[in-house]
Amino acid sequence: MLTLKSVHTYYGSIHALKGVSLHVRAGEMVTLIGANGAGKSTLVNTICGLIKPRKGKIEFQSKAVEGLSPEAIVRMGIALVPEGRQVFSTLTVEANLEMGAFIHRHNGQQVREDMVRMFDRFPILKERRQQLAGTLSGGEQQMLAISRALMARPQLLVLDEPSMGLAPLVVKEIFKIIQELKQGGKTILLIEQNARAALQIADRGYVLETGKVVLQGEGAMLLEHREVQRAYLGKGAKQIWEA
Amino acid sequence: MPIWEPEAECISRDELEQLQLERLQATLNRVYRNVSFFRRRFKELNFRPEDDFTELKDLERLPFTTSLDISNSYPYEMFAVPLREVVRVHTSSGTSTNPRVVGYTRQDLRIWSNLVARILSAGGVTQDDVIQVTFGYGLMTGGLGIHYGAERIGASVLPTSVGRTERQIKIMQDFRTTVLVSTPSYTLVIAERMERMKVDPRRLSLKYSICAGEPWTEAMRREIEERLYVKATDNYGVSEVIGPGVAGECLEQNGMHLQEDHFYAEVIDPISGKVLEPGAEGEVVITTLKKEAFPMIRYRTGDLSRIMTERCPCGRTFRRMSRIRGRCDEVVVIKGINIIPERIGDILEQIKGERPIYQLVATRQHHQDQLEIWVEVTEQFFFDKMREQRALVDLMQQKVTNFIGITPRIKLVEKGSLERDGGVVKLFADRREVSHA
Repeated sequence: MLTLKSVHTYYGSIHALKGVSLHVRAGEMVTLIGANGAGKSTLVNTICGLIKPRKGKIEFQSKAVEGLSPEAIVRMGIALVPEGRQVFSTLTVEANLEMGAFIHRHNGQQVREDMVRMFDRFPILKERRQQLAGTLSGGEQQMLAISRALMARPQLLVLDEPSMGLAPLVVKEIFKIIQELKQGGKTILLIEQNARAALQIADRGYVLETGKVVLQGEGAMLLEHREVQRAYLGKGAKQIWEA
Repeated sequence: MPIWEPEAECISRDELEQLQLERLQATLNRVYRNVSFFRRRFKELNFRPEDDFTELKDLERLPFTTSLDISNSYPYEMFAVPLREVVRVHTSSGTSTNPRVVGYTRQDLRIWSNLVARILSAGGVTQDDVIQVTFGYGLMTGGLGIHYGAERIGASVLPTSVGRTERQIKIMQDFRTTVLVSTPSYTLVIAERMERMKVDPRRLSLKYSICAGEPWTEAMRREIEERLYVKATDNYGVSEVIGPGVAGECLEQNGMHLQEDHFYAEVIDPISGKVLEPGAEGEVVITTLKKEAFPMIRYRTGDLSRIMTERCPCGRTFRRMSRIRGRCDEVVVIKGINIIPERIGDILEQIKGERPIYQLVATRQHHQDQLEIWVEVTEQFFFDKMREQRALVDLMQQKVTNFIGITPRIKLVEKGSLERDGGVVKLFADRREVSHA
């Protein structure tokens, strides 16, 4: 569904993505893990059209994506749940959802139906539908951000660090939601620093290190991988001087 | 016959190429970071994987790795992970000074078992089979490689290891072996011994013969199948790459499916090193895509084969490689044409049904290479009448010309006159320098 071939992206003069190739098949949940500064968010921004890649190809459903505007990319069927949620805090929950359905704004019927569906799925949002988004808790804001993205009826949902800044119990809840979305047939690209949680629910994963993919494989395989365990899961062999 | 891992083995070519690109990128990034040998090699070329590797074809810019390189890094210099992550060490066969040492992580072993399981399945093995493994269990990869793959399938494995042919036959009878894994020549030794022991192969439970470990011929396959009443398949391994598991034949018996999601194969001209178009025969060069402990970039296997791009009726989309036609170190170049002296013998053998004693001789006249084939005269190759003699020589000349594209001069020589080395006739003599001077 989504294919990246040797993508290079620069942040100013910084070479942030150095020849990244990856793919996501329909119905798959793929995760991208890596430390801070590895280039995860740059990758998201590149896919969603917020930064233009310098080199390489990005294809979505066999159509070239690179160079298109973010809006055109949303229209093609890619929706982003951005890092730090970025809900419109001065707008109500309802208005936030409407914004998510921006590309379907001429189809009021569909937007209303979708909103009902979101409220069924997240009753807490229904309760707070008239509240300003800025007054929601972190977890609620994340649910709102996810629902907002779903309002665009995307083929591919890109989640950028959904666990960031949330309490452990809330993280658990959010990951449960992501897993349910996957079971419902959604195709998901999950960018995470919380490697363990991400690899546990993902079909496959890529490990990004200083802008390069250094490992890739099935989620379960990566979870057991010594290098991943040492670098991202805080496990692994003690150094000689620690023994 | 079921396909062991259809989602991988029947992948579309597009998806496969994307997978190869991703895996190769990760492999190059890792070897550049972790293996000083490769980092040095890449740096000499000013090749940084992150900048200079954007498509599969870019691999052609990288130098080959030879068996000597591996010998020189004895024992652990080329490992890409610390030894504590290596759970198995093997060494290769061969006769170079230092053995070539390869390591496997836990994940490598898992992948290896799975690849062997694919190949054994393709050769007919299922969990209902009793499989007798007559490869050596030791530092070499053959025995344990097949063993783990067979266990993975769930077959009942008899690790009989090498030798003691009569005991092998007794086990085959008593344990109701259904699959025999062996070198083709040893399979025939077993058949031979059975005949002498008056064991009727039809009363065995044997169904399949999985052959590997040495180049063999279609004629040998026919003989194995006829004498043991089995279906025989070929498979290919390179211990520096992974051991058994690189490629294997399906029951179509027409070329070995390369496990292309784990290995990227090129065929090169062994002399110039240039990559050849699919279909052309040359030296097989392999790059590993997923190996962790011992990744290998462009390893020159020394084996001659060609890649077949036609779709296989079995449903697997992996391209096939033809049976190994010989070793490159046997190749001689005459008039710019690569010739394997051994193959000329095959041609001559077809004429009279007997392999003559022969030698290829390269000479040079007026700066031009000439090929002569000297054939020792035996009763089969001698006629009273000049005319018949002439006709035979012409026929030989014509057959060889058709095969290699250059016309040799055939010379009949006296029995025992060809240059011998330890009792064996040297198949090739290069007299170009001498005749030039």
